[in-house]
Amino acid sequence: MTQSNRLNGGQIDRAQLLRFTFDGQSYSGHAGDTLASALLSNGVRLMGRSFKYHRPRGPISAGSEEPNALMMIGDGARVEPNTRATVAELYDGLTAKSQNAWPSLKLDALGINDVFSNFLTAGFYYKTFMWPRAFWEKFYEPAIRKAAGLGRLSMQEDPDCYDKGFLHCDLLVIGAGPSGLMAALTAARAGARVILADEDFRMGGRLNAETHELGGQSGADWATATLAELASFDTVRLMTRTTVFGAYDHGVFGAVERVSDHLRPTGDTRPRQTLWRIYARRSLLCAGATERMVGFANNDRPGILQAGALRAYANRWAVTAGLRVTVFTNNDDGHRTARDLAAKGVEIVAVIDPRAEAPQGDWRVIRGQVVDTKGRLGLKSVTVRGHDGRQEVLQVEGLGVSGGWNPNVSLTCHQRGRPEWREDIAAFVPGGTLPVGMAVAGAAAGDLSTHGALRGGAEGAVASLEALGISAKAPELPEAEDAPVQQTPLWYVGEGKARKWIDFQNDVTVKDVKLAHQEGFVSVEHLKRYTTLGMATDQGKNSNLGGLAVMAELTGQTIAQTGTTMFRPPYTPVAMGALAGRSVGKDFKPTRLTPSHHWAEKQGAVFVEVGQWMRAQWFPQLGETHWRQSVDREALAVRKSVGVCDVTTLGKVDVQGRDAAEFLNLIYANGFAKLAVGKTRYGLMLREDGIAMDDGTAARLAEDHFVVTTTTANAGPVYRHMEFVRQCLRPDLDVQLISTTDSWAQYAVAGPNARKLLQKIVDPEFDISNEAFPFMGCAEITVCGGTRARLFRISFSGELAYEIAVPTRYGESLIEVLMAAGEEFDVTPYGTEALGVLRIEKGHAAGNELNGQTSAAHLGMARMVSTKKDSIGAVLTRREELSREDGLRLMGFEAIDSDTLPAGSHLFAEGAAHRPETDQGWLTSACYSPHLGKPIALGYIKQGGERIGEVVTAANPVEGTSVKARIVSPHFIDPEGARLRD
Amino acid sequence: MRYSAARVLWEGLTGHKGWTRAWRDPEPKPQYDIVIIGGGGHGLATAHYLASIYGQHRVAVLEKGWIGGGNVGRNTTIIRSNYLLDGNEPFYEFSLKLWEGLEQDLNYNAMVSQRSIINLIHTDAQRDAFRRRGNAMILHGAGAELLNAEQVRREVPFLNFDNARFPIKGALVQRRGGTVRHDAVAWGYARAANSRGVDIIQNCEVTGFRIENGKVLGVETTRGYIGAGKVGVAVAGNSSRVMAKAGMRLPIESHVLQAFVSEGLKPVIPGVITFGAGHFYVSQSDKGGLVFGGDIDGYNTYAQRGNLPVVEDVCEGGVALMPIIGRARLLRMWGGIMDMSMDGSPYIDKTHIDGLFFNGGWCYGGFKATPASGYAFAHLLATGKPHDTATAYRLDRFRRGGMIDEKGVGAQPNLH
Amino acid sequence: MLIPHPILGLRDAQEFTYLGDASLLDRPDGMAEGASEAFHDYLYLRDNPAGEHRELWFHEQGDRSWLVVTRNTLTHEITKAELARDVALARRGVK
Repeated sequence: MTQSNRLNGGQIDRAQLLRFTFDGQSYSGHAGDTLASALLSNGVRLMGRSFKYHRPRGPISAGSEEPNALMMIGDGARVEPNTRATVAELYDGLTAKSQNAWPSLKLDALGINDVFSNFLTAGFYYKTFMWPRAFWEKFYEPAIRKAAGLGRLSMQEDPDCYDKGFLHCDLLVIGAGPSGLMAALTAARAGARVILADEDFRMGGRLNAETHELGGQSGADWATATLAELASFDTVRLMTRTTVFGAYDHGVFGAVERVSDHLRPTGDTRPRQTLWRIYARRSLLCAGATERMVGFANNDRPGILQAGALRAYANRWAVTAGLRVTVFTNNDDGHRTARDLAAKGVEIVAVIDPRAEAPQGDWRVIRGQVVDTKGRLGLKSVTVRGHDGRQEVLQVEGLGVSGGWNPNVSLTCHQRGRPEWREDIAAFVPGGTLPVGMAVAGAAAGDLSTHGALRGGAEGAVASLEALGISAKAPELPEAEDAPVQQTPLWYVGEGKARKWIDFQNDVTVKDVKLAHQEGFVSVEHLKRYTTLGMATDQGKNSNLGGLAVMAELTGQTIAQTGTTMFRPPYTPVAMGALAGRSVGKDFKPTRLTPSHHWAEKQGAVFVEVGQWMRAQWFPQLGETHWRQSVDREALAVRKSVGVCDVTTLGKVDVQGRDAAEFLNLIYANGFAKLAVGKTRYGLMLREDGIAMDDGTAARLAEDHFVVTTTTANAGPVYRHMEFVRQCLRPDLDVQLISTTDSWAQYAVAGPNARKLLQKIVDPEFDISNEAFPFMGCAEITVCGGTRARLFRISFSGELAYEIAVPTRYGESLIEVLMAAGEEFDVTPYGTEALGVLRIEKGHAAGNELNGQTSAAHLGMARMVSTKKDSIGAVLTRREELSREDGLRLMGFEAIDSDTLPAGSHLFAEGAAHRPETDQGWLTSACYSPHLGKPIALGYIKQGGERIGEVVTAANPVEGTSVKARIVSPHFIDPEGARLRD
Repeated sequence: MRYSAARVLWEGLTGHKGWTRAWRDPEPKPQYDIVIIGGGGHGLATAHYLASIYGQHRVAVLEKGWIGGGNVGRNTTIIRSNYLLDGNEPFYEFSLKLWEGLEQDLNYNAMVSQRSIINLIHTDAQRDAFRRRGNAMILHGAGAELLNAEQVRREVPFLNFDNARFPIKGALVQRRGGTVRHDAVAWGYARAANSRGVDIIQNCEVTGFRIENGKVLGVETTRGYIGAGKVGVAVAGNSSRVMAKAGMRLPIESHVLQAFVSEGLKPVIPGVITFGAGHFYVSQSDKGGLVFGGDIDGYNTYAQRGNLPVVEDVCEGGVALMPIIGRARLLRMWGGIMDMSMDGSPYIDKTHIDGLFFNGGWCYGGFKATPASGYAFAHLLATGKPHDTATAYRLDRFRRGGMIDEKGVGAQPNLH
Repeated sequence: MLIPHPILGLRDAQEFTYLGDASLLDRPDGMAEGASEAFHDYLYLRDNPAGEHRELWFHEQGDRSWLVVTRNTLTHEITKAELARDVALARRGVK
């Protein structure tokens, strides 16, 4: 195909011919083209279908507000649905496909909806599809969902990467049209740190689309020169292809930079897009304005565009939507389209203007209105009703429409500021409370002339910087167009029975607004939600005001009384990938490795995610084919001889100071004041509401020095809580805290031979015999000839056990030393599964038991809560529901004649019906006990302490099992604790 | 007027001239038997059930703005009854049953769509907890299925199974879970209540209570004083502000929850999916938009907007779970103000002021509760006694230690 | 949001963990008569104002200090940030 609609001039590089395809058909364009301009140059006007009625559509705009020309761009996994052809930069090899049309864009089967549109009016679905009841999911909804949506996802993983970054500046200028450029220049010359961001790939805004002169040169040339000066400041950052999409609290902005979307994918490591969080001390919104369409019968045909877009295509891209063009406008600006297109040799059939005082030109001006159009797949003619009543049909391929311009106020609304109505331009301008530090200039502020934009930009920058104590001077403004702008409303043309579109993509017409009014949906919010007006991908930029105006007319109120248009972030839709950045896949969250991780990897360990940590779950040995074989072997080895487990992930908090003991006395429910130096104590930590927060130990290394341990999951929350108590509740105490979780590598050495093993590595001057270092002892020692270490005689497994800690950098060496020294005892490394088995056998509570719903009494620890002192949670744990005698108690359970006893089973008295009222508890943790040779579990059951020996039913209907189990002590092994003290 | 397919056809043929207002726009009367403050989902549902079940017709709903403008129009439209605790599960199951008959009850298609909810499992401990919960659901008649990883993959193959930081190990599924067209719920209840004589009074803000000798007599409003035999407050998000006018402090903090919708896409997600290892849940609307959300922002606020860190957090969870949506675009984000309660569960109760009743503290679970909340509140207002399914939702439960804390995070509202 | 840390200057709120109303500084005496009622009100009831709110933030990804931040819950404007320790000490001084 040839570029039959290409005009002369324009800001494209004709030397670069770019080839692309649309729906399989090959075309060519030039560097500087958008996909839409390139298609138009090839005479292609039909680019999409609307959502509901599948009406054939072409672009109405030349910018990011485009509701119609949405396509799927790219190949394979890179297909990007709903991409606006009007902003997609052309590159060689680009492939685009139409969407929401089957079998083809021209012959779209669901175009049938258009025929039945009389029955598919606003909200019709709320009134039908109700009978019979079951048909909704089976029949109606599947049919509706078949037709739902616009573009299609590739259904493959996005192959590209996305970056994130932070930027800081004195002044963020949003939009690089005349006001933005002038603002940036003013600020740059004052020495301020400036960021100038623009969504377009070429800065200049409307200057690139107009033929106005600035100071004797073309607007585009002035922009180029200004940008060159801006680029010479190292305090200025120019960001093209960057959309500032959201204004957040305290001057934080979200922006997305399309780094490589405009390049043919090469598979290199360059990010596709970057999400910038811009921290701006001040911001100046110079976002320009959007031209509004007029509602008239069949105003949605391909070839009908905003008059300003028609002009932009001609001036910037040297393209026309048709060779015979007419313009329908209610303001002087529309006439410029006729002037500029005529200058490029396009035939202007007429300009239609309802005003009596319309300007005249070298073409026919008809005082009247457009009342209908024809051309199913592309505009063929428009019907005009003259002000004298005469009707006339004009054969044209292009129609430019201008109903005036709406300031782009979106970002001013992001913190719930509400725009205000300005009667003289019949448009909303920024109003109410703007985001902190934000000012608005140029067309976005309702200043619609070029001179006004330049002046507003300069003055806005001066004022913004003045607030920061930076004195700036407005540069001399180039001479520019300063025509007074007055806009009188023309929302829709009364004549014509056919539909008049307001929201193009969602197919909301004037008639739908009337129906909403008739049914009482008159508030802006009701109108929007009932008709879907403004909820399309243009976020209502093209449609909100039109709908509001029709409603105002119906209610007999002014627009200001009727309501206001509101915009939420993002300004234009943002790729999920950009917001996710690199925190996806394996990098979704940080990965923390234990000191023995690499060693464990070499042993072939299987790892498991524990919060952010990776922990060895078990260490399979040759010949073991099922995880249970490995876990049983590891657990038995601990009970028989000795095992080693990396427990570094447990939280550790160093507590020092004269009042350290008093401090611990407050955070633990049991007493700590009298703990002797060299001793460790189990501590029950309650939340203030009396529910168990965590359990762990505190070891007193010196009079004024304790080491507190926490569970892995609670390392962070417990430390935060302790700091809260220290700083907020007892600032009078002399106590200091530091989290040392990452500073010490710690291993559990457990089993009857634990001491013998440790004696081989602990330096001889430290006596760790049972007498010198009994159960619950703790000490600072050295190992391996002088390496600092801490030794705690504590046990999670119920065996003779120790935890030994060395500074983290020695952690990997220590595991190797322990394994070498333990060879004679067949020392066995064990993972979290065996650890779990051992602790269930011993009846130690862990995460499943400490689930944030259990009080001290539930755990059977009510008596640990000291009544002789004040401690966190002590008062509220005594509330009746938490401390009742017949309440839940943590007990042990042994399976009877079953090889499973699933955790999560609910407990019922034998023979009782399984109903909510008869539910007596549940199993929290379960395992196969290799020691006992059967499945066991821990669980909570009502009045558990009085029911030892009773047989209950553990029902698990979600997996269809029901098992008998005997209630036993939660301490399955060694309930007297003899092994611990051996 | 009755809605039906025939009516839609008839009106389509005759120019839609016959459609009438969905609800009247009455002037407030000087006195009502019952005044409901709050024209959101819960308030309107309360009015509907007061009129249809409890025979109360001298009822008014007072709304400071336009009905349905609060959280019933700002949520992510999910319905489910997959709760664990006895205080909650019967109530939410009752709600789900009411959803199942809603369209016929209201003669309004709110598009109750039971396309299932899948809660993903990523750890063994999570599986244990979900097994317990699934069993509780079955005991309460709500139904549940526990899937293994392979079964999950068969149902939703587009999730990240092969390169995940937290692998998917299974799921708890409630087939009866799903979504509802949220705005239509408010409109449907309003229309139904209106048809039974309830006055729905918009743009009528309550500015104070008239209380004498410990009894409420009526409310002061921007449209004048309105007398009431009983007053029910259902203004979640603003509960503390309204009840402060009656001199009450509540176990509630106000927080913002953001919600998100993508551009329209051809349907890929069958039902609702929740990510068990990140803060993310998603469904896809009948228009094709991915509707998703995550955690609350976490600080007290009454501003209906959130900040960027949570947006990023939610999208990180989304793309980590579903790498296919990297190139889908976020279209719109908004915020709703939640009544975050002290244990994550709501309140439907009398107050110490005679005739003044309170309904609130819904955290971000209020939408699915709408029918049962309205029903139970109507029951309480009409009979003075709590509904059987809502006996635990007392304001004084913290005095007794009777918390209903599903998440087990205690008296810190922003963690629920 | 940006929090003006009294020692470190403006810091992104992402570095902080939020707790809630600064009235949590006023923990009742657990050994006093009627402690149960006092703790109920302390832990469970909130003013929850729409407007100025004094609240506790923990600089978890920073210097680990707890701050009392005065912030407007309607506009998010922050007018003051103090070390909670200083505030708590001052309150104890009053008692």
